[in-house]
Amino acid sequence: MNLNNGRGSMSTASSSGAWKSGDVVPDQFPAGLRVLVVDDDPTCLMILEKMLRTCLYEVTKCNRAEIALSLLRENKNGYDVVISDVHMPDMDGFKLLEQIGLEMDLPVIMMSADDGKSVVMKGVTHGACDYLIKPVRIEALKNIWQHVVRKKKNEWKDVEQSGSVDEGDRQQKPCEEPDYSSSANEGTWKNSKKRKDEDDDADDRDDTSTLKKPRVVWSVELHQQFVGAVNQLGIDKAVPKKILELMNVPGLTRENVASHLQKYRLYLRRLSGVSQHQSNLSNSFISSQDASFGAMSSLNGIDLQTLAATGQLPAQSLATLQAAGLGRSAAKSGIPMPLVDQRNLFSFENPKLRFAEGQQHHSSGKPMNLLHGIPTTMEAKQLANLHQSAQSLGAVNMQVNAHGVQNNSLYMIGQPQSRGQILNESSGTHVPRLPSSIGQPMVSNGIPSGVIGRNGISDVGRGTGYNPVPQNSSMLNFPLNNTPELPGNSYTLGSTQGMSSLTPKGSFPEEVNSEIKRSGGFVPSYDIFNELHQHKSNDWNLQNVGLTFDASHHANSIHGSLDSSGLVHQGFSSNQRSAQSRNPSNVGKAMFPMGAASTDHGHAQNSGQHLSNGLIVDNPVRIKSERHSDASQNNFFHDQYGQEDLMSALLKQQQGGVGPSENEFDFDGYSLDNIPV
Amino acid sequence: MDRNQLRRQVAHMRSSLIEQHYLDQQQFVQLEDLEDDSNPNFVEEIVTLFYKDSSRLFQKIDQALHSVPMDFARLDDYVHQFKGSSSSIGAIKVKNECTQFKEFCLAGNAEGCLRAFQRVKHEHEALKRQLETYFQLRRQAGMAQRS
Repeated sequence: MNLNNGRGSMSTASSSGAWKSGDVVPDQFPAGLRVLVVDDDPTCLMILEKMLRTCLYEVTKCNRAEIALSLLRENKNGYDVVISDVHMPDMDGFKLLEQIGLEMDLPVIMMSADDGKSVVMKGVTHGACDYLIKPVRIEALKNIWQHVVRKKKNEWKDVEQSGSVDEGDRQQKPCEEPDYSSSANEGTWKNSKKRKDEDDDADDRDDTSTLKKPRVVWSVELHQQFVGAVNQLGIDKAVPKKILELMNVPGLTRENVASHLQKYRLYLRRLSGVSQHQSNLSNSFISSQDASFGAMSSLNGIDLQTLAATGQLPAQSLATLQAAGLGRSAAKSGIPMPLVDQRNLFSFENPKLRFAEGQQHHSSGKPMNLLHGIPTTMEAKQLANLHQSAQSLGAVNMQVNAHGVQNNSLYMIGQPQSRGQILNESSGTHVPRLPSSIGQPMVSNGIPSGVIGRNGISDVGRGTGYNPVPQNSSMLNFPLNNTPELPGNSYTLGSTQGMSSLTPKGSFPEEVNSEIKRSGGFVPSYDIFNELHQHKSNDWNLQNVGLTFDASHHANSIHGSLDSSGLVHQGFSSNQRSAQSRNPSNVGKAMFPMGAASTDHGHAQNSGQHLSNGLIVDNPVRIKSERHSDASQNNFFHDQYGQEDLMSALLKQQQGGVGPSENEFDFDGYSLDNIPV
Repeated sequence: MDRNQLRRQVAHMRSSLIEQHYLDQQQFVQLEDLEDDSNPNFVEEIVTLFYKDSSRLFQKIDQALHSVPMDFARLDDYVHQFKGSSSSIGAIKVKNECTQFKEFCLAGNAEGCLRAFQRVKHEHEALKRQLETYFQLRRQAGMAQRS
């Protein structure tokens, strides 16, 4: 056939993300497109397989919807498009379509011998990308790649959008724009423009129904490559074009690099401006969260939520969340949902879904979303803090060179949920995977920083996401190496900073990105968390979360401090928010658990670890418990909570210096009320 | 017969099948186009698979037809499936009979369904015979070709 002969080469490049970056389509594309065909009719199935092979696609066929779903779940990034029959004995094709859209957000093409208008309409309403009438012609199959590209393009856009949606981002964008444009002028003007437009669009993407936009995932490796290239060129001289060349990653566009660079720069900036304070916050945050979750040692999605929520959760919500979180510690799923809804900070629809599913659908793309929301303002500060703390955490894979630390904490905090999911997938290491259930304390101690770092980075990498994080707070955006020693409980996170809570962060490799981003904003909150964390062990009192994050205390401190004002809830929310702006929803919810969790136990220390969820980080901030003088940090968190809010908040904070001392949950924009618990 | 003659015969038969609407030109030819060196008998394989599957479906349809009361919804489902597979191999006449059958199912016409099924089976058999001959011829020509 006339398709390219280079089959498979392109999609394999860079982990199936190669040609995800909407703008670039590798030469051999669409050869190698990985198609999953589902049809109970063996004749059709065989014919389709043959046709698709002739089109140079990689085909996997199955005759039952359940098998298809399990294949997809096992291998999240293993397929690019799904073709499914409408009439199937074990499951209705539309139902499968919905599931796939929810869980994996892949383009799905329906087909049927039935060409009745109502059926076709049903396909449209259920979200099918296309509808083919049987008998299927090979010509129709030849062009299915367009759906994949389109989706990716949209996601990329979303990523950009969400990342930059925040006001903070917007502000940053303009300043960054020049860099970007200068280096990438030729073809990038469009992107810049697009980005700006996207910014304007703001967050429509937070829609959770089905996150269908895979973003460019900045995986750990990718980010490392990026950082390596930047270092090689020198941060001043690093222009996207050159970085791209040095990285030599097929499928990566200059725009991707440019936006990533932008975030990275912000992150760096933040790092330099961030004080330890922040990192402490994150740590405590994490720890507290961890404690609160008690049950969830791993970075649960809840953490994320909590974190995410922190920013967004208004005081009341915090309480609610907390309650939820506490109540949930055991039942993770409970919380996640609520949180998820609310926060889509980073159009983190997926995380939400994920949690709901209870699975960790770790879609790389999705986590990113979460992060996006996270205001990067916090990041800067947090990152700096985290950075320090993270170092102890462990080596976060990401080499974020200095950022590592921060990242870790951020992650942890931010995304309990998403992290859980993500982390699980990515961290693999100690990080207690962030269970989808949000209830789990995100703070997965083990790898706190490390994990976070990883996650963070992965998240970041994933999508163009760095937005939140790098921008505001250099915090965790580059979680990569921040794992402040998550290892053991007590916040190894950053040890110095109390980022220990963040430790768990490390665990969320994937989430990390998002989380980190989020947490980025939180860094300040870490302090709060530390305090919180310390006191409460295991209870997810949100209070703990926020408070314990005192840098050294890791775990319980949050509890303690937060308790005072019930900030815990808030703390969480703040944590969540800040940390996760990404997962507004998740975090918010998760936050509670995290916060609470962090405080409790002795995990508190762990919380440092657990908190990796990042939520904690958020919480601290939020923990309005006022205790934290860290307030300033809190501010971060607050900001983060709502993506935009967080971002702006962070920005504000940054502008005002890291310690806005807001202690109160000053969510700029995110009142706790926002958190839909 | 020599190779060329055989091939001509094959081509001739194919045209005739198409003209008689046993087979849909576009679909069937497309299937044949899919054949290549790695899969020289792809079409035959597909058709064999089709027949195996259709006999299984027929059994189910039979059962549904003899259920009391007649389960039209299930019948419709089965016929729909059968319609899909027959159209993928390009079996026009069979497909058309299926469409008819479906209409009777929707209308709840038991008598009509029974009759329609008979017709479907009839067309199905007729095509089978034709295709058997066709493939035999092809194999002969093919063997000559691929010696």
